[in-house]
Amino acid sequence: MTSLVLYPLAGVVALALGLAGLVTRPHLLTKVLAFNLMATGASLLLVGLGHDGTASSDPVPQAMVLTGIVVSVSATAVALAIIARLSRLDPDGVERSD
Amino acid sequence: MSWADLLPPFILGSSLLPGLVIFFLPESRRTLRTALNLASACLKLVAVAVLMAVVATGGQPRWEWSLAPGFDLALQADALSLLFVTLSAGLWLVTTVYAIAYLEGAPQRSRFFGFFSLCVSATVGIALSADLLTFLVFYEILTITTYPLVVHRGTRRSLAAGGTYLVYTLSGGVLLFVGTAWLTALAGPVDFASGGATVDTLIHEHPGALRAIFALLVAGLAVKAAIVPVHGWLPVAMIAPAPVSALLHAVAVVKAGAFGILRVVYDVYGVQAATDLGVLTWLAGFATITILFGSLRALVQDDLKRRLAYSTVSQLSYITLGAALATPLALTGAVVHLVHQGLMKITLFFCAGNLSETLGVRRVSEMAGVGRRMPWTMRAFAVAALGMIGTPPIAGFVSKWYLGAGALSSGDGWALAVLVASGLLNAAYFLPILKTAWFEPARKAWPVSSGRLETSWMLLLPPLVTAALSLLVGVCAGVDASPLAWAGRIAREVFGP
Amino acid sequence: MDGPVTASVGWLVAAPLAGSVATFLLRGRRGASEAVLLLTALAAALATNGLVARIMGSGPYTVEIGSWGAPAGIEWAVDDLSAAFLAVALPVWIAATIVAHGLLHSPRSPRDARVFRKEPGPTARTFWPLWLLLWGGVNALFLSADLFNLYVALELAGLAGVALVATAGVLPALQAALRYFFANVAGSISFLTGVALVYHRYQTLDLQLLRSAAESDASTTVALALLGAGLLLKAALFPMHAWLPRAHAAAPAPVSAILSALVVKAPVYLVLRLWLDVFHVALPPSVLTFVGALGAIGIVWGSARALRVERLKSLIAYSTVAQVGLLFTAFPIVHAAGSRDARWGLVFLAVGHAVAKASMFLAAGGLARAHGHDRLDQMTGFGAREPLCTYAFGLGGMSLLGVPGTIGFSGKWLLATSGLEVWAVPWVVAVSASALLTAAYVWRVLAIAIRSAPEPAGTRPLARRIAWSAFALAVLTVALGLGSGPFVEPLP
Repeated sequence: MTSLVLYPLAGVVALALGLAGLVTRPHLLTKVLAFNLMATGASLLLVGLGHDGTASSDPVPQAMVLTGIVVSVSATAVALAIIARLSRLDPDGVERSD
Repeated sequence: MSWADLLPPFILGSSLLPGLVIFFLPESRRTLRTALNLASACLKLVAVAVLMAVVATGGQPRWEWSLAPGFDLALQADALSLLFVTLSAGLWLVTTVYAIAYLEGAPQRSRFFGFFSLCVSATVGIALSADLLTFLVFYEILTITTYPLVVHRGTRRSLAAGGTYLVYTLSGGVLLFVGTAWLTALAGPVDFASGGATVDTLIHEHPGALRAIFALLVAGLAVKAAIVPVHGWLPVAMIAPAPVSALLHAVAVVKAGAFGILRVVYDVYGVQAATDLGVLTWLAGFATITILFGSLRALVQDDLKRRLAYSTVSQLSYITLGAALATPLALTGAVVHLVHQGLMKITLFFCAGNLSETLGVRRVSEMAGVGRRMPWTMRAFAVAALGMIGTPPIAGFVSKWYLGAGALSSGDGWALAVLVASGLLNAAYFLPILKTAWFEPARKAWPVSSGRLETSWMLLLPPLVTAALSLLVGVCAGVDASPLAWAGRIAREVFGP
Repeated sequence: MDGPVTASVGWLVAAPLAGSVATFLLRGRRGASEAVLLLTALAAALATNGLVARIMGSGPYTVEIGSWGAPAGIEWAVDDLSAAFLAVALPVWIAATIVAHGLLHSPRSPRDARVFRKEPGPTARTFWPLWLLLWGGVNALFLSADLFNLYVALELAGLAGVALVATAGVLPALQAALRYFFANVAGSISFLTGVALVYHRYQTLDLQLLRSAAESDASTTVALALLGAGLLLKAALFPMHAWLPRAHAAAPAPVSAILSALVVKAPVYLVLRLWLDVFHVALPPSVLTFVGALGAIGIVWGSARALRVERLKSLIAYSTVAQVGLLFTAFPIVHAAGSRDARWGLVFLAVGHAVAKASMFLAAGGLARAHGHDRLDQMTGFGAREPLCTYAFGLGGMSLLGVPGTIGFSGKWLLATSGLEVWAVPWVVAVSASALLTAAYVWRVLAIAIRSAPEPAGTRPLARRIAWSAFALAVLTVALGLGSGPFVEPLP
């Protein structure tokens, strides 16, 4: 029973932590990590809510999360590519996003 | 739909389409541009004549175009529309001739004449509107199309003046927009032909709302009609080239405001409702203040165009006052003053333009002896000025007579006093100009004219024509085809036989 | 299934996506890339045409992708709202593509090499795949009929947009792109969380089914808040607008045009769809008042900033912030009036802004290319040098103002009359008076254009198709204003 609450709760905590990190941390790579944490949190929330404690739980949230993971990976790639280019133009800029 | 129903949009298109073409003409294509300008002006006049003939034989052309679900543009031709559209079309032809000569060699003429044509199209649209929404549409378009003409010279001062102009006119536009939307929300589309029937159905349930709407509508219109305290843009806009000041700020733009007030009082609200709501007293009050204020300010202006601008502010409110007095004679005077003031004022501005263009004279104090150097211009000026003062038999006298008679007939003797006072003030600021021009010796040598005439014939002919017309409409006011007879017919339609 | 007709809507997304892959593989080769662009545009035009014809003829309809029905398959839906946006999106895309092509390939004379050196900027190789990806993503946003599809489309369009901003290559553009990225991602995840809650509550994500099943309870309200927050952040509603001015100003002009015109418009459309249509039973009206108030502040803030910034593209970007604010002040009117006229008023405003803003950005792009920069105080007198761009900007500005004859006026009129019928006075006043603030910054630019001044050193002539595309879009605002009657009448 506790797992029914635990997974969604963990998801919400991860979301909150990720959001906090995204907003407060100036380092660009930290922001990227933060958003990945948020995405993980949201995925955990999705699956956790769909989980009813039995083995044959709803597959739709799991399918959505799979897509979500792919989306996060592509997004991370885009962000890193831009950060890489930026660091070449302004090596200190990565640590203090403006 | 018969072919006559297409006349209103045709009249609109006769300046709109050539205007759009003119925008794209290179500066060097002078002949083509001039030809297009004059041809479209003549075509418009011909079409207006045809329209008059159609209406005279009992036709009621009407044209509609759907802009979006539930709202249509509608054009029609009733007596008041025809009066205004004829005035506009006729004066446009004259001003086109004048403008071609005035702007000779100036930069950006294609842009100028393009917007000039759009302005006239908008004015025609205002004249031929069949309902309040269509009126609003063309009224706002007129604001936008006149701006580039005001700032045509592109100097810092012109642009600042243009900015002031926009602040006033766009703010007025917002008020007019909200008022129109509110009335439409209450009563559905507000057709002018109903003569106030729309408002009559509402007057018992929403008197407060109707008063508020009247205030909004008139406040929006008051900007263009240069009623105190929203008249401030008019003297500032005098920085525009003379043809712009002449046609637009003496005729088209300010008359659009006055025309709108006539429509709102008589065709949207109707005399009965307006009187019952008590709004006409306020209108008369503001008109009176404007008449006196404008004349007083004109007295102290040395710049000739500014003096004429304040004179316009004052004279235009004769129309508003006549509208507010709400008697048949007063309405006749107000409507006919639309025409008469237009003719006289445009003459004055043409003459002012001649003086500044040919001699570089812009101030009254510089005008000593100018009557001998430019006799024909100053004769035209004299005719128009005397008409403004109210000297018989020139046009101005006729309109004042009817306004005064209308004031007496409704027991508003104070209005007569205002008219008399204004006449005296007019004399006070016009007669000195004539004295300086004719009776004082010239203080410096004027540039000699290059030809036989005192200036280009294209600059000379328009003011002579309009001055002659001012005289003619006054002398022949009793004739059946005169503007006065026309105005009388309009008043009879409104008040009943 | 009526084969070709139902299939044709799919081309709106399939053709750009296929084109994206094709241009990527072609590595931006001249000639071949143009061919791909032409084919994509053609397919999109045919699909849009079929869509409009079908909806005017037989009303809203749904399309099953690959003939797999919901819930296993993906369904797309077209109704009058999405059809209006898709129909208008087509000319915007075409004009922007023409300008983008012109700017990418405009000849650079060797004489100017000393002044301009090697300008950083997009290359055909990287630009076209991203451009077409964005095209497909935006179309998918308007076509999607279930919440998860919307999430994917939002991410697709967002990422493509971010990457396109970054193609400008200079440091400010990269920084702006990253800001845009983080804002986007925060919004998307908020949206995804909302989707999670909706699914948990209703066990379906299909909008049609949700519309009939929606109930007003706590979890639905929280879900709506999350969905809405994500969308409002992507639409740059005050105070979540900070990312927009820098991103839209730094991006290449055609990218800014599409971002301001369509990418920002889609979230507005989605808020309309989710809050006022699908879940309207669960929406507390005070939320709309709050959002409307934020919108009103946004109008004032955006217009005030637009009057002070030094660069033309920044001015236009702040104008977008102001105009998005205007769109949201109209939401309370649409909700209160509940009438077809009010909804069309909002649609006209949104669609009008899309076309006008795109034309203004394209004109700005042309002006920036001609001058080599877009600093307003060094462009004085550009009206005489670049008349078409000036008219384009001016006419677009007129539509934003709501000058009659343009579609902006039609929108404001419908909103004002519907609003006054239900006495939504503050919103009507905001919608009407916003014209004055808009006029202030439009006038600022036009005054600079009209001011007679000598030509600054280093200006170069502009490729004609750039100016003409911008101008054609501006003319479209008038054409829509005068001619949309026959199209809208038959629709519900």
